[in-house]
Amino acid sequence: MNAPLVAPLLQAKDFKSDYKPVWCPGCGDYSVLAAITKALAALELRPENVALVSGIGCSSRIPAYTTCYGFHGVHGRALPAATGLKAARPDLTVLVASGDGDGYSIGGNHFLHACRRNVDLTYIVMDNHVYGMTKGQPSPTTEPDWSSKLAPGGTGVREFHPLVIALASGANFIARAFSGDPNGCAALIAEAVRHPGFSFIEVLSPCVTFRPEQRAWKESVHPAPVAATADPARAARRLMTDDGFNIGVLYKGDRAPFRPGANGPERAVADLEKGFQL
Amino acid sequence: MKAQRVPEDEYAAFMSRAYAIELEATERYAQFAEQLETHNNREVAELFRKLAEIESRHAQRILAEMRWPSLPALPPAYAWETPEGPETAPFDSLHYLMHPWHALEIALRCETEAKKYYDGIAAGRGPREVRSAAKEMASEEAEHIRLVREWMSRVPRPPQGWDEDPDPPRMSE
Repeated sequence: MNAPLVAPLLQAKDFKSDYKPVWCPGCGDYSVLAAITKALAALELRPENVALVSGIGCSSRIPAYTTCYGFHGVHGRALPAATGLKAARPDLTVLVASGDGDGYSIGGNHFLHACRRNVDLTYIVMDNHVYGMTKGQPSPTTEPDWSSKLAPGGTGVREFHPLVIALASGANFIARAFSGDPNGCAALIAEAVRHPGFSFIEVLSPCVTFRPEQRAWKESVHPAPVAATADPARAARRLMTDDGFNIGVLYKGDRAPFRPGANGPERAVADLEKGFQL
Repeated sequence: MKAQRVPEDEYAAFMSRAYAIELEATERYAQFAEQLETHNNREVAELFRKLAEIESRHAQRILAEMRWPSLPALPPAYAWETPEGPETAPFDSLHYLMHPWHALEIALRCETEAKKYYDGIAAGRGPREVRSAAKEMASEEAEHIRLVREWMSRVPRPPQGWDEDPDPPRMSE
């Protein structure tokens, strides 16, 4: 071990609330919660300076389990809510939590535009390739041949590639983590929070109830063989050979984050309200 | 919260890591107990509570041995070289229908990993004082392994099909 002996002001446990998670025992989301709290402690942030915004689904329960400000919003709409929050309160560190159903299907269009807009947010998507909360329907990242009672023989539909979409849409930081490595995941989340602009982390987070075979992901994941690049063309080429289990940072861009008012005169809230007066 | 005291030498640094290992194991067993309480598996939850209490006693003993008036500075938790501390059970170890025997099997794995970790330091090139402390820790872990095995011998082995649920959360294929 070569970790420096540093005394963080707050520990990970200081970011955990008294609410007990109700995820299934063995769920990858427990690890992601641990990783988020470890990252926030390592970043020396304070709960009152952090907001966690989510949509709907198992993974979207996360805000309640932390001591940060939280908003458990509408299905698929975590990103617009978080964008508004960051625009109004740029001093806050805003994290957004979602799952593959909430984030890529119901909220798919918001994902594209959040990448394009490049507001300084950190978007953590816990991907288990299934809708767990509603009993196991195929999601946008489900393999086409995954057969189940709800999709006999599989959907036959090609799966969505979140990293490709994020890169093509302009995300400024793109990474993949694995919930089975909470410390590695925490380090990636901390790096994403530090990076300006829209940071996207796909976390492979097994659903042990509806996809028990995903317990074997721990045998499949491996560190990405190459370091992060700032060149989108090179990142795109790497994604062409991605096996879905490369862990690490793929792309770190240098696009300036979008800040409201940066491209025009800033307006007071009272001025905006005038337009809505009857 | 006040900033924590930073250990001054390598021996103190080693002991602060040993403390961090025990603390992380304590917290994980306590989390497992909570998860299984939530899912109404009280027998195993109670066993995990006991394991958390045992690990907590180990952590307290390190503090007492070192005569540390306050907690030592801990390395940032995410900076372990391994995914987590060597004595920390992975989150995916659980099943909602698991038996006490399974919980002890997890404890056995964790104690074995901890022994391996300390054996590695004892056989390394660190300062004599650190190697000697690591050797002592490894022998303590060996004793824990023996105790867990003995405990397992008193607990019934789970029957075949222990994970079959007559009212499953998932639809049968």
